[in-house]
Amino acid sequence: MYVAVKGGEHAIANAHQWLGEIRRGDTLFDALSLDQIREQLALSVARVMAEGSLYDPDLAALAIKQARGDLIEAIFLIRAYRTTLPRLGYALPVDTSSMRCIRRISATFKDIPGGQILGPTFDYTHRLLDFRLAADGEIGAASKAEALSEDVPHILELLNRDDLIQEEELTNAEPGDLTREPLALPASRAVRLQALARGDEGFLLGLGYSTQRGYARNHAFVGELRIGMVAVEIMIPELGFAIEIGEVEVTECETVNQFQGSKTEPPQFTRGYGLTFGQQERKTIAMALVDRALRWRELGEDDLGAAAQDEEFVLSHCDNIQATGFVEHIKLPHYVDFQSELELVRQMRRDAATRQRRQQDD
Amino acid sequence: MKRQEWLGLMAKADANELMGCWATANLSPDYTELRPPEIGSVMVRGRMGGKGDAFNLGEMTVSRCSVQLSCGTVGHGYIRGRSKQAARHVALCDALLQTAEAPVVTNKILSVLAGKREATLAETARKAAATKVDFFTLVRGEN
Repeated sequence: MYVAVKGGEHAIANAHQWLGEIRRGDTLFDALSLDQIREQLALSVARVMAEGSLYDPDLAALAIKQARGDLIEAIFLIRAYRTTLPRLGYALPVDTSSMRCIRRISATFKDIPGGQILGPTFDYTHRLLDFRLAADGEIGAASKAEALSEDVPHILELLNRDDLIQEEELTNAEPGDLTREPLALPASRAVRLQALARGDEGFLLGLGYSTQRGYARNHAFVGELRIGMVAVEIMIPELGFAIEIGEVEVTECETVNQFQGSKTEPPQFTRGYGLTFGQQERKTIAMALVDRALRWRELGEDDLGAAAQDEEFVLSHCDNIQATGFVEHIKLPHYVDFQSELELVRQMRRDAATRQRRQQDD
Repeated sequence: MKRQEWLGLMAKADANELMGCWATANLSPDYTELRPPEIGSVMVRGRMGGKGDAFNLGEMTVSRCSVQLSCGTVGHGYIRGRSKQAARHVALCDALLQTAEAPVVTNKILSVLAGKREATLAETARKAAATKVDFFTLVRGEN
């Protein structure tokens, strides 16, 4: 007999009301403004935009506030919102070589055209708690120097010039879009990169780390890491030409990996690529490592059975909204499912007891 | 300034600054909305390795609007983010810049926005330059 159960509306309404109150916290303290979140928790905002797959700092700040700082919950809110937006079109690919860099470093070459620009980085800090911040101490303004006039070309082009690194393909193929068609395997590199760009930072960090520790030989150097603003251009049919419709901040990482060569390719360097919204270098480096590991087939490498090489494993599990939906749903009422399991276990017990009695009788 | 440039300049400006400039310019043209302001998304794309084939990176919010002045001139406005008002102002400026009102829009809006943008870019570039690493080699004495 199936018994439908209703109820809980009142409890749910009150739970959400309490959530509202506890989100606000002690009213002795000022409420957080979205401007404060956007300006002062900018790296949380960046993560929510990248994994929510929607660039809008104000909305990301709102999502973070609503989610009480739970970033995956905030990403969920952004993903839900983005489905309500009409798609106005596809932009032309951003030109990262003309990025206005606030940070640009290379771990492979010391002296590079444009120079090593550290930018506002945590690197080389001592990771000691700064109690001036606890005391509301004002930190002095940034130093300034005369602006550099040099161009900032992509570093890996230096290797490309000498034909020492694998060339990127330029076929002008229309990339697949995960927001329009479900994931199909094997996936193109374009679809893989889209999935990784919106994939969970923690998951990609773990996978990227695994490649460094020897699960799929993948010893990478950061050829270049750059952060800055790029213009987004879109073709406007009414005008007949493309215009810039705004700028977005992105982080780009190009890794360079040694490659022994294969039957068809000479020994050379190969590339891994990471690109994400906002200032997110940990995620972007990890993305480049995983991108490189997933390219084993096209580069004629062996499948070593490593998790990071397994496209189905990586792409099916890197989305934290899919993952959290399935992991967390098991806390929701499963009374009927469980009732049937309970009935089954009882029945098995009864059967076992009957068998045992029969054996004793025999 | 070409049409492509002024549209780009306004799109990259802060929506509030743009609306502030519009208010100061004191323009009140007669117009109809060919396409009322709407908010949507545009899929941003990157290139593999920064130079190869394209892939979809993620979307961004965009507001757009198209207007027609009473003289028949049409203007289009696109701006990142969710500001219908700003999109309408960009469209109106785009239309007015094709009319005799162009000098007013240029002086009161475009030059102000261009000036602010230049100052912001220069400020960021100076801060970035201050974090450029100057390597020096420590010479080990061999004698």
